[in-house]
Amino acid sequence: MTQHASPPRDSTGKVPSAGAAPAWRGLMARADVRTLSLLGVLAALILIGGITKPDEFLDTRNLQLVLTQGSVIGVVTVGMTFVITSGGIDLSVGAIVALASVWATTVATQEYGFAGILFTAVIVGVACGLVNGVLIAYGAMVPFIATLAMLASARGLALQITDGKTQIVTIPSVLDLGERDAYVLGIPPLVMVFAVVTIIGWLILNRTTFGRRTVAVGGNAEAARLAGIDVRRQRLYLYLLSGLCCGIAAFMLIILSGSGQNTNGNLYELDAIAAAIIGGTLLSGGRGTITGSVLGVLIFTTITNIFALNNLQSDVQQIAKGAIIVAAVLVQRRTASTT
Amino acid sequence: MAPVPPLLSMNGITKSFPGVRALDGVDLDVQAGEVHCLLGQNGAGKSTLIKVLAGAHQPDTGTIRWRGEGVTLRSPIAAMRLGIATIYQELDLVEHLSVAENVHLGHEPTAAGFVVRGKVARASTTQLLKRLGHPEIDPARLVGDLSAAQQQIVSMARALSHDVRLIVMDEPSAALDPDEVDNLFRIVGDLTSAGVAVVYISHRLEEIRRIGDRVTVLKDGRAVAGGLPAKTTPTRDVVAMMTGRNVEYVFPERPPKDATGGEPLLEVRGLARHGEFEPLDLTVRPGEIVGLAGLVGSGRSEILETIYGARKPSAGQVLVDGRPLKPGSVRAAVRAGLGLAPEERKAQALLMLESVTRNVSVSSMSRFSRGGWIDRAAELGAARAATRELSLRPDNPSVPVRTLSGGNQQKAVLARWLLRGCRVLLLDEPTRGVDVGARAELYAVVRRLADEGLAVLLVSSEVPEVLGLADRVLVLREGRVVHTAPARELDEHRVLDLVMEGSPAS
Repeated sequence: MTQHASPPRDSTGKVPSAGAAPAWRGLMARADVRTLSLLGVLAALILIGGITKPDEFLDTRNLQLVLTQGSVIGVVTVGMTFVITSGGIDLSVGAIVALASVWATTVATQEYGFAGILFTAVIVGVACGLVNGVLIAYGAMVPFIATLAMLASARGLALQITDGKTQIVTIPSVLDLGERDAYVLGIPPLVMVFAVVTIIGWLILNRTTFGRRTVAVGGNAEAARLAGIDVRRQRLYLYLLSGLCCGIAAFMLIILSGSGQNTNGNLYELDAIAAAIIGGTLLSGGRGTITGSVLGVLIFTTITNIFALNNLQSDVQQIAKGAIIVAAVLVQRRTASTT
Repeated sequence: MAPVPPLLSMNGITKSFPGVRALDGVDLDVQAGEVHCLLGQNGAGKSTLIKVLAGAHQPDTGTIRWRGEGVTLRSPIAAMRLGIATIYQELDLVEHLSVAENVHLGHEPTAAGFVVRGKVARASTTQLLKRLGHPEIDPARLVGDLSAAQQQIVSMARALSHDVRLIVMDEPSAALDPDEVDNLFRIVGDLTSAGVAVVYISHRLEEIRRIGDRVTVLKDGRAVAGGLPAKTTPTRDVVAMMTGRNVEYVFPERPPKDATGGEPLLEVRGLARHGEFEPLDLTVRPGEIVGLAGLVGSGRSEILETIYGARKPSAGQVLVDGRPLKPGSVRAAVRAGLGLAPEERKAQALLMLESVTRNVSVSSMSRFSRGGWIDRAAELGAARAATRELSLRPDNPSVPVRTLSGGNQQKAVLARWLLRGCRVLLLDEPTRGVDVGARAELYAVVRRLADEGLAVLLVSSEVPEVLGLADRVLVLREGRVVHTAPARELDEHRVLDLVMEGSPAS
């Protein structure tokens, strides 16, 4: 009946050509500026490592070590990415890892062998996530406060269980997974676990209704509610997911260290949040990237490794990490405003 | 007599953002003591222009002269120092601070340079509020506890707390009731008679007739007409300049049917919420558009949101197809076939970071997924079909929804419910923030959806919209239905009488 007055002139939404693009172009379009710049940073770090310590850094064993160390925090970061994408935060991940690792390595638990340790670690992680989720989703508590309380309680409980002592694992089948004999084609089992968690996480976030709901809740919780999404249940699931990742990470840490300690997972919350943020997940929610988070983890572990190889103390490492977080956020803001 | 230079003259202002030329050589001159109205559709450049004037944006080229001298407005503070104050549509008040603290924010009266003298601030705030005709606002109250209209007064008091010579008001009447609008106009009159210039932005042409002296019309970042006499330029000319066409409101024709035949699809029985609206009965049949007319604060939006389950009723029930809905459950309502296009589109409906596709599919994800796994090709296809049916522009559902115009964003919301297979559509201020030109198209879409068998319940503060679009109208006053009649038996004057007086004045 009437013509449309004026087509929107806002040309920021470029109209991609509908024709079939060559595969590489599709790949380039998908690997956005941010991912490419993260890859660039990682490449630069590898170059620096290779130049400063050519023999030690590029040694297979060292690379295996870097990846293994990154795997534990990486699994935690995948869970954290989901929580942050939904507009939440989980400060309790490090404490949950500690609690799960000590609960799973008590003398009583070790009597049940491999399965007992794995099962306990995962169940403790999920249970902590359940408490977080119920408090936040149904108790209407602010995620920062609820998970801060969990941080304090879980650390306290972990100390109580261990009485500050290191609990040595005596189950050979668990310890064997950390040995070189268990490597498949030179890849440590823990790295494979990380890879599997990453792939599953990526698929859930990008290809499932669960992922869509997570993004919707983080982008605009009120709009999500009015669109018919059960926002509270989604929030509960997300903290459960984060707890599950912590349980898996705790089991990985048990394999890696051959023990359970109440000091495990110290400051994991900060590392996981930092990795997610420099990877491009919005702290305010509504946008999350598993790829970015994984690159963020790899960047941080590589830095730690290069600094250690060059005999630089951990205080210098911390300062460098802080600088990288600031730089990454500044770069992102620039790219965000020009695209 | 030597010619007095205008208070403000902007010449050849251009401003580009990545991909958009928002201002393309705009001229604007404002005289002291006049009300200069700025007209234009959304996206015409009004907001950018006033942000340049407020010092919030720097122009790429062009000159600004203030009382005859060239100036650069480097920052909002620089503009404020010259005496330019801006009252934005989205009020920029700090909710957790008191009225007095907000009014004096950034220039608190202090002792010894840093100790805030609260008593002095409150006293001067009281003075300002009295001058603005709202002595009842307590300077010690928190701004967050005030109504939208009162917050606007506070915002104005803040502007006046500086020594202003020019006030920019961006759609100040949008959130106000008629009597509050009268008060606003009185304030504007006081200001101009004291020599202050007002740049007034509004969509409502009748307001511009009432208080405007001159009009500048913007279109596509250019001033298509500058300094026209506000009182005497024919409406048709103004609309034609804004839209490039000669229509204002075009309502689709009602089908000549008698809608009484069908069974009610939506039935509301004695629905009430304490303090918001009294027990309400209404029915909407398939193919029927029922309108709720009433002032801001008459409970219109609350009624829609309660029917939709977003608020829990204190009494009564909602039935769809004769089956009662679980009260206070949006999910139950959506499952039963209800869909809401809420008043605050950006805050309540849209995922602004996401594409049109994802905004459209969000309520129907189970249709494109198996075991939680989304079939993205099917999703895109369905979103494309739904948006095409509503002629959403651009015809590409992959673009981010934030790049769409207001009218097309509303279509994205409608497409969401269309895709869901919704049978009862609740529309809350469907044309708020929608260009005059795009409104007619939205009206046609709504009518077509009704013709296809949807039941539509429409809420609008624009009486002509309710009368033009609805088949049947319920007039609300203070949370109570005071009159029900077929739309063709009512006119705007009578509805306004009912809305104000509460009794049929005949």
